[in-house]
Amino acid sequence: MTKPGDKMTWKDVEIGSIVTEPGSASQYQTGDWRSQRPSLNRKKCIRCGICYIFCPEGCITQNAEGYFESNLFYCKGCGTCACECPTQAITMEQEE
Amino acid sequence: MAKRVGIEVSQAIAEAVKMANVDVVAAYPITPQTHIVEHLAQLVADGELDAAYIPVESEHSAMSACLGASAVGARTFTATAGQGLELMHEVLYVASSMRLPVVMTVANRALSAPLSVWCDHSDAMAIRDTGWIQIFAENGQEVIDEVLCAFRIAEDQRVLLPVIVYLDGFLLSHMIEPIYMPEQDEVDKFIPPYQHLLPLNPDKPVTMGAFAPPFIYSETKKAQEVNLTAAKEVILQCWDEFGNIFQRHYSPVDCYRAEDATVLLLTMGSFGETATVAIDKMRNECRNVGLVNLRLWRPFPFAEIRQAVSKAEVLIILDRALSFGGPAGPVCSEIKAALYNEDKKPKVISFVGGLGGRDITPDGFEQIINRGIEISQTGSKQEYEMYGVRE
Repeated sequence: MTKPGDKMTWKDVEIGSIVTEPGSASQYQTGDWRSQRPSLNRKKCIRCGICYIFCPEGCITQNAEGYFESNLFYCKGCGTCACECPTQAITMEQEE
Repeated sequence: MAKRVGIEVSQAIAEAVKMANVDVVAAYPITPQTHIVEHLAQLVADGELDAAYIPVESEHSAMSACLGASAVGARTFTATAGQGLELMHEVLYVASSMRLPVVMTVANRALSAPLSVWCDHSDAMAIRDTGWIQIFAENGQEVIDEVLCAFRIAEDQRVLLPVIVYLDGFLLSHMIEPIYMPEQDEVDKFIPPYQHLLPLNPDKPVTMGAFAPPFIYSETKKAQEVNLTAAKEVILQCWDEFGNIFQRHYSPVDCYRAEDATVLLLTMGSFGETATVAIDKMRNECRNVGLVNLRLWRPFPFAEIRQAVSKAEVLIILDRALSFGGPAGPVCSEIKAALYNEDKKPKVISFVGGLGGRDITPDGFEQIINRGIEISQTGSKQEYEMYGVRE
């Protein structure tokens, strides 16, 4: 994309609103749909990866220390990870 | 030199589409449009037209197939009427929004219920806002000429928009008329090859009809609206060039004995032909009346309409469709809106008539004009009057 979508004027729109660059969904910040964010308590986390498996957005990845973290650019705050966590290490906190 | 032949208008449309060397026809038969696609199917089956003929299961599929074909760069045609046009409705928006230059003829037909196969403009009015270029033809010759122009206008890279040519069902579609059919080489020269700017192509993939969140949807619609409005210049250029080559001249608005008329009647479609007889008779009786025929329905020709009616005192508009519970017939509503902010404007009187194939004779047009003049002097309790309804 020549410009981010929310900066494009009507003159920047391709003919027929045709998208000429593939993979544009990866640039789409679904994180701003969120009203609650997941918060991880590392003392309770057993690094089992269940949250990673259940995340419907596929936005959880394992970091170098072995903990699973949500990418907040994409995380919609659905709470599935908190619900599935066997040790209640993940809680949902209100976004300000 | 073009030959003048006696031919049914529907069959002549199919011959014109053949001359335009169309690549794909996807259609579903529906009265009174059936003869057009039947004849095209015959031309393809006989090997006279090298095109893919897709006999789809519905009009929704007909339009969808046309979009796919147009998106890869095929010259595409379909035809429908009445209920069939309504079944296409949602896909019509997709054609114009994705800038796919499909050409379609619509043999205007009343909408159910009660079931009617006969002519009125209810079907056209229901799809008014779909973003297509829309042209109403007055007679068979004009239908053929406008179909040829439609391919050129639609596929012009400054336009790339779908075009509908409306012809009154039965009144034009089933009429055998003497029609000048052009020569093949004239058509070849007049309609250049079609090239979409961003076609579907595996070597250069694009996404058509993608999702647009609130932050961009308004921009896409503004771009579409600017494009449709700007298409008028290309339409005028096309008609000019058509006139130079074929010696038949078209404009967004036609005036007949209207220059000095104090009372004007405005119609669309085949009404105009019959109404000229009434105008001639009244002129012979020294009545100062004239006729305006609106040909280009979308993009709406604001300047031409304002100019055509600016000197009249009374403008009588006859709609062939009803806007239930609305202010007047749909054409009248738009013309009133176009004139509202003008300093000098005629009094506008609205009639609705000719629904579901009801004929209006020259005497009928004379009665409408006389009643319109009467209303302009005495007023009416109704927003519009229906002509010819038994009380």
